[in-house]
Amino acid sequence: MSRSTFAPFTRLALTCVLAVTAITSAQADSKRISVPLLPKYQQECAACHIAFVPGMLPAASWTRMMGSLDKHYGTDASLDEASVREISGWLKVHAGTYKRVREEPPQDRITKSAWFERKHRKLDAPVWRLASVKSAANCAACHTGADKGQFDDDSGLKFPAGLDERYRRNWSD
Amino acid sequence: MHIFNSLSRLLVLTGAALSPLAYAVTPAEQLAGYTAQAGAPAQPARGQQLFTTKHGKEWSCASCHGTLPTVDGKHASTGKVIAPLAPAFNPKAFTDPAKTEKWFRRNCNDVMGRVCTADEKADVLAWLLTLKR
Repeated sequence: MSRSTFAPFTRLALTCVLAVTAITSAQADSKRISVPLLPKYQQECAACHIAFVPGMLPAASWTRMMGSLDKHYGTDASLDEASVREISGWLKVHAGTYKRVREEPPQDRITKSAWFERKHRKLDAPVWRLASVKSAANCAACHTGADKGQFDDDSGLKFPAGLDERYRRNWSD
Repeated sequence: MHIFNSLSRLLVLTGAALSPLAYAVTPAEQLAGYTAQAGAPAQPARGQQLFTTKHGKEWSCASCHGTLPTVDGKHASTGKVIAPLAPAFNPKAFTDPAKTEKWFRRNCNDVMGRVCTADEKADVLAWLLTLKR
C-alpha cells in the first residue's frame, strides 16, 4: 500500500485514540477520590469521624485497625463479628488504591502519611489547634466535600472558623 | 384452653408478620426493658448526674453529647457533629435496641472503664426522656 492511502487512516486512528484518552483522563481527574462507600462502612465507621477513604491506607493498616477496634485511637469502637468481617473484606479490596499510598503510616494514621504531611505542609500547629478544627482527622473543617471523597481545592475548600488572616494564602496550592 | 391456644397462635402469627418492625421500638419501650432488668424504678436525677460527671477517666458522656443533649453534640477529639441524644429532639434516638446496646457498650467502656448496669442505663434514658421542647 502506498503511503498516501495509509495516512488518512492513521490520522483518523490517532484522533480517535487521543479523544478516548482525553475522555478517560477527564474522568480520572473527576474530583472524587473515593469509591462508593459500603453502606455498613458508612453506618458504622462515620459516626465519630468522616468515612475515611479506603484507598488512602494500605491493606495491612486496615487489617490491623479492624483487629483492634476496642482500642481505636483512644476509644472503644468495637463491633459485632459479622460487621467486622464484612467491613474488613470491603476495605481490603479497596485499600491502597489512592495513588500516593505506599508504606503503612505511623499508628496507621492517614494524617501521618508522608503525602498527607506534604500536602498540608504550609499549615502550622496553631491551625490544627483551632477549636473549629481540633484535629487533623477533622477533614470536614476545611474540606466540605470530605464525606463525598472530594478533597481538591475546587471542591468546597473553606477557611475554618477563627483562622488568622495570615494563613489564608496557604489555602491555595 | 382451646381459646387460649388459638389466641396465642394468632399472636405468634401476628408477631411473625410484624417481625421486621420488631426492631423499631420506642425509647419508652427500651426504658421499660432496662427498668425491668434493673428490678427498680429509674431515677432521672441520678441519670443526669452519671451523664455529666467524669468517672476516673478523661471523658464524661457530656464531653461529646453536651451537658444538655437537646442540641448537636461534638466529638471530643474529632470535632464530628453528633445528633442530639434526647429523643424529643432526635426521632431516631433509642429506636434500635441493638444500636443502643452497642453504644452503651463502647461509651461506658470509654467513660467508666466498664459496662453500665441496667439501672444506670435506665437512669440515663429516663433523664433523657424528661428533656422536652
